[in-house]
Amino acid sequence: MYEQIAFYLFSVLTIGLFLVTVLSKNILYSMTSLAAGMVMISGFFFILGADFLGVVQLIVYVGAVMALYAFAMMFFDASRDVKEKNANGAWVFLLGGMIALMLVIVFSAPIYSENIQAIYPSIPGATNPQSVGLVLFTKYLIPFEVAAVMLLVAMIAGIILAGKKMDQSLTTEDDSVATEVISQEDEK
Amino acid sequence: MIGLNHYLILSGLLFAIGLVGVVRRKNLLMLFFATEVMLNAANIAFAATSHYYGDLTGQMFAFFIVAVAASEVAVGLGLLIVLYKKHGSLDLDGLSTMKG
Repeated sequence: MYEQIAFYLFSVLTIGLFLVTVLSKNILYSMTSLAAGMVMISGFFFILGADFLGVVQLIVYVGAVMALYAFAMMFFDASRDVKEKNANGAWVFLLGGMIALMLVIVFSAPIYSENIQAIYPSIPGATNPQSVGLVLFTKYLIPFEVAAVMLLVAMIAGIILAGKKMDQSLTTEDDSVATEVISQEDEK
Repeated sequence: MIGLNHYLILSGLLFAIGLVGVVRRKNLLMLFFATEVMLNAANIAFAATSHYYGDLTGQMFAFFIVAVAASEVAVGLGLLIVLYKKHGSLDLDGLSTMKG
């Protein structure tokens, strides 16, 4: 009962927030609704009993990734509305709708699950973080280390890409325009 | 009772929303947001299958998807900043400099 209420509440909220994310013209609205939708998705993980995944979703996605987006938005002009020219929006909506319909049909098709057996079944008597740790550090140790190396490479790449010529302001042109306007007004 | 199909349909809907965003938007930052939506939809599907089959592999894949998304954001935002310095905008049409 409560599971159903929570599921439908979270799904309606998530779909609405992600629609705002995708359809909004303002980057700031889009980013905030994306962060809120990720919080709702962590709610799904808690319903599903994946406690550790929900906490990781909250910390990594809502905490780190969205904070990174928020920092990056300081470089861009976020308050301005995004101007996009969409030549044929009807085609895009038709294609997207057809893909959505196809995905729903694919996912709701009966799954032949009799042959599926759990390779790493959940350990009885262990809580979710304990069993996640047991599986992650035994069966998935090498992918874990590879993911760590990948994160290190990504961090170095991000620092090198973003840190080049950091002393020059990105909004120099806007500043010069603004100073020109101010000086013209002073002349008047 | 909420079954696996409910979660899979929800995941498919969210993935379609992200896909519409990827196809429709022309701003690169908005494309990144749509990509995040798609990754989250995949995460929901993985967690749901993991729960309903009593298998932890789905949660492991979801963790690695989170790691991939984090590194993607780090590299992608660096590239976006370089692009913004070069072009002054994040428009996707501005990238077609090699157009013949």
